[in-house]
Amino acid sequence: MPNRNNVWANIDWITVSIYLAMMFIGWINIYAAVYNEEHKSIFDFSQQYGKQLIWIFAAIFIAVLMINTDSKFFVTFAIPIYVIIFVLLMLVPLIGTEINGAKSWIQIGNFLLQPSEFMKMATSLAIARYISSYNFKMHSYKSLLTLSAIILLPVGLIFLQNDTGSAIVFGVFLLVLYREGLNGIVLFFAFLIALVFILTMVVDSYITIWILSLTGFLVHFLIRRKSKKSLVAMGIFGSVYLIFWLINFLLQGTIDPLYFILTAAVVSSGIFYIYSLVLRKKNLAILIGIYLGSVLFSVSVDYVFHNIMEQHQRDRINELLGIQSDVHGAGYHVNQSKIAIGSGGFIGKGFLQGTQTKFDFVPEQSTDFIFCTVGEEWGFLGTTLVIGLFMGLLMRLIFLAERNRSKFSRVYGYCVATILFFHFAINIGMTIGLAPVIGIPLPFFSYGGSSLWSFTLLLFVFVRLDANRFEQLSY
Amino acid sequence: MDTFSKRKYIVAGIMLGIAAIFILRLFTIQITNKTYKQFATRNVLRKIITFPARGFIYDRHKEMMVYNKAAYDLWVVPREVKPFDTTELCRIIQIERQDFRNALNKAKQYSRFKPSIIVGQISPEINAPLQEKLYKYPGFFTQSRTLREYPSKSAAQVLGYVGEVNQQMIEKDKYYRSGDYIGVTGLEKAYEKELRGIKGVTKSMVDVHNRIKGKYNEGLEDTTAILGQNLLTGLDAEVQAYAELLMTNKRGAIVAIEPATGEILLMVSAPSYDPNLLVGRQRSTNYGTLVGDSVNKPMWNRAGIGTFPPGSTFKLVNALIALQEHAVSPFDRFSCSGQSSSPIKCTHSHVSPLAMREGIRESCNSYFWNLFRNVINHSSTSAEGYEVWRNHVMNFGFGQKVGVELSSEVKGNIPQVTYYDKYFGQKKWNAMTIRSLSIGQGEIEVTPLQLANMAATIANRGYYITPHLVKAIQDTNRVYRELEYEKKVTGINPEYFDIVIEGMQAVIDETRLSQSVHMDSIVVCGKTGTVQNPHGADHSAFVAFAPKNNPKIAIAVFIQNAGFGATYAAPIAGLIMEKYLNDSIPPRKKDLERRMIETDLMNVIQVKK
Repeated sequence: MPNRNNVWANIDWITVSIYLAMMFIGWINIYAAVYNEEHKSIFDFSQQYGKQLIWIFAAIFIAVLMINTDSKFFVTFAIPIYVIIFVLLMLVPLIGTEINGAKSWIQIGNFLLQPSEFMKMATSLAIARYISSYNFKMHSYKSLLTLSAIILLPVGLIFLQNDTGSAIVFGVFLLVLYREGLNGIVLFFAFLIALVFILTMVVDSYITIWILSLTGFLVHFLIRRKSKKSLVAMGIFGSVYLIFWLINFLLQGTIDPLYFILTAAVVSSGIFYIYSLVLRKKNLAILIGIYLGSVLFSVSVDYVFHNIMEQHQRDRINELLGIQSDVHGAGYHVNQSKIAIGSGGFIGKGFLQGTQTKFDFVPEQSTDFIFCTVGEEWGFLGTTLVIGLFMGLLMRLIFLAERNRSKFSRVYGYCVATILFFHFAINIGMTIGLAPVIGIPLPFFSYGGSSLWSFTLLLFVFVRLDANRFEQLSY
Repeated sequence: MDTFSKRKYIVAGIMLGIAAIFILRLFTIQITNKTYKQFATRNVLRKIITFPARGFIYDRHKEMMVYNKAAYDLWVVPREVKPFDTTELCRIIQIERQDFRNALNKAKQYSRFKPSIIVGQISPEINAPLQEKLYKYPGFFTQSRTLREYPSKSAAQVLGYVGEVNQQMIEKDKYYRSGDYIGVTGLEKAYEKELRGIKGVTKSMVDVHNRIKGKYNEGLEDTTAILGQNLLTGLDAEVQAYAELLMTNKRGAIVAIEPATGEILLMVSAPSYDPNLLVGRQRSTNYGTLVGDSVNKPMWNRAGIGTFPPGSTFKLVNALIALQEHAVSPFDRFSCSGQSSSPIKCTHSHVSPLAMREGIRESCNSYFWNLFRNVINHSSTSAEGYEVWRNHVMNFGFGQKVGVELSSEVKGNIPQVTYYDKYFGQKKWNAMTIRSLSIGQGEIEVTPLQLANMAATIANRGYYITPHLVKAIQDTNRVYRELEYEKKVTGINPEYFDIVIEGMQAVIDETRLSQSVHMDSIVVCGKTGTVQNPHGADHSAFVAFAPKNNPKIAIAVFIQNAGFGATYAAPIAGLIMEKYLNDSIPPRKKDLERRMIETDLMNVIQVKK
């Protein structure tokens, strides 16, 4: 039986070990990424690797501070902390310092703090506090409205401050709400909307509709297990498309092909919608509804983007999705990043032997693209180790969250796990060409004090809450 | 009570699913797909070429004919340039401000990080003050390169010139890269592989801005440049320059060969140019002027590519063939009626009838017509007789490239039987039809080089060594590697040469050439020729060798529109032989020398008399 009174005996040492291991590996890789012949010492404090060591010690200090804080403090002051950081965030446009086009930093002496980083923790606390309150019911309007306000207010503010990367991280709270009882349909639709949106932006509406249509036929076939109906649907779709194609051919290609496929989609789904209503096939009607909705969504996104938005708004979205920000043409940075990782092979080129990252072929090699150095110098072994560490940490956090009897601790634990997961997924996905180039750091690896401290704070508040699991009953 | 507890599996499942996709993706790009490794190497590897100094060219006395002088290119890395005093820099390097600005803008457009040449080929005189001030111009630096220098300013067409490689050359030979230099004509072209040496390669790693970050693979794949090899030619630079001086304001060519070795002692084509004009910053302007001079064609090497009928100099070959074929004996006499001779009139006044020695001395057309007819008629048909004659002529090196290193050399023309068959009809021609050949006129065409080779062959009594410019190549260990050249035998019995050479001696000693060509201590043998020119004044030709026994020099001189061979070609040949054999011109020939130099034959009216 652990000692209930000694917090050090109750903290989860597995989590702490993984945390320390990640920071150490991150530090070594920052050293390799920006290694400089003139400053060979890893303890050279004029260089990023020297500074990172200071940030790491400061982070450990923050961790110790959190562990020594009374766990009731976080529960009691969850809402005030949220409000204070929110106010700080509002002040950023007034007293902030602009770096890389985003005015999201506050300078205190020599230190730069990014309130949006700490907003993640504050929002997590507020969500946990609200969900764990007695009168909370997931599907009441009041509760959903309050939750939406807690999440969307900071998102809007951060978005206005040009820090789109940080803003979309908040979307991951949907996973937390799902765990706490939100209808899975919401998750499904959120996923669908994001997918259709990104597809439309990155490729175009025409191809998106093709993909949606083929997926629709496939899903229908899988659900019904009858190929005949799917074939009929495909036949109608195909013939409408072909008729238009022929007309267009006769008119010598004056019609935008988007119109053929749109008409084909609307006509064929219209016919099947009537068919499903007549035969009272509810599932089919829903499927067609979702399909048609997605198609129309894609077309309207395309329309709004090209015909209603101003150029600077378009640039923002393109930048967010990494479409136009590449100076050397689309995909240059991602390609260089893949070259760096791919050239590592199975065991890597060895410590300090990487060339692609060190010689600046990969941008932001110590911050957003730190995973490239891992891939280049430590190879497949290194990249799987890092992914393994992340999975170990995330699974451990879910396990810890689930073992807490306190709802507050559990919800907060899920917030921590999902935020870290989102960063992990987007950051690594971006370096290997599976996610859009959104500049968000890899937790505990990327260079930078502000992000390291905010992640430490986020994690150790939970470690502290978890250490108290025997005393807290419920909230 | 937590009814949604099972959802933890879905959340965890999503996370593990994404992780699995990542690992799969990493497996493909890091292990399965090998192309990323190649891309990575291509990204960082830059080859830096070190250029070896081009080999020197020496004359037969190891005097320098071509060497390298230092020049400097001014480079700029636009990114590193800070505001500077343009006027001062332009004044130092002597360039117009506008040109400088244009060059700088061009460099900026090319790359802000990579260096570009902004002013090329700066002379050492300009470079010295530039180096003192260069610290004031960050972003600029100089790099030395070598340029060709021709101290004797002579033998331009023989030595040739170097120029930048063009796209065709790059495609043909992978050794070259854009901006490299290559020999374009003359010896520079013929011995390009020996002269250029081998470029060295340093493989360096560079960053995304092309800045060097260190050696690739610890320098194990680097190679050092290997110096170009030096050429030792058979040319005599001093005599070459003297011959060019004599050819001032004349059109024509002179070739002299050392008979025993086949070494070309001098090869002059006039008008010529100073080879230094095709070096340095003024190169392109000068090149345009030289190529554009369609009247003088100074870039032409007339010695190897100019063809003309050999005229009376060819009578020597005819005499030798007749003797070999027993068509005449040295003592057979033929009569001459001077201007009224038939079928070829003889313009020379002399006693009649005459035998071979006098026939050569007087260059009697009637004599050689009779001799030639006997050769052709010696066989059963004219065609067969002609074929026998032609084979002998070819054995003297006519009608083919004699094989000097210059790629521009031409064959000349000794017509085949088929030519006459086609022109006159089979069996419808005979000695009479082709009688012009007896006196070296008609369809035959030879080059000055072939004519000099003929003189060498006679000097050798029946054979020649392939005429060549380069006798040895000095490798990087400073050891000379002698080159072997083929010996070619004419098939004419050496004893038949005696009477012909007697005749050639008589030409010098017993005619008016005893004043201009005859030497006090050395027996000279020669033969004049006057080449009929349907377009204007006749061309003047002369072949000779000396001394009579153990000859040291064989020479052919050909001067356009200069009239009788005895008037200009012979005295000039005499002076050159004098200079080569005795190293000086005797006082009694000083007047002659001055007259030869001063005579201007460039503007002789080009109309038939």
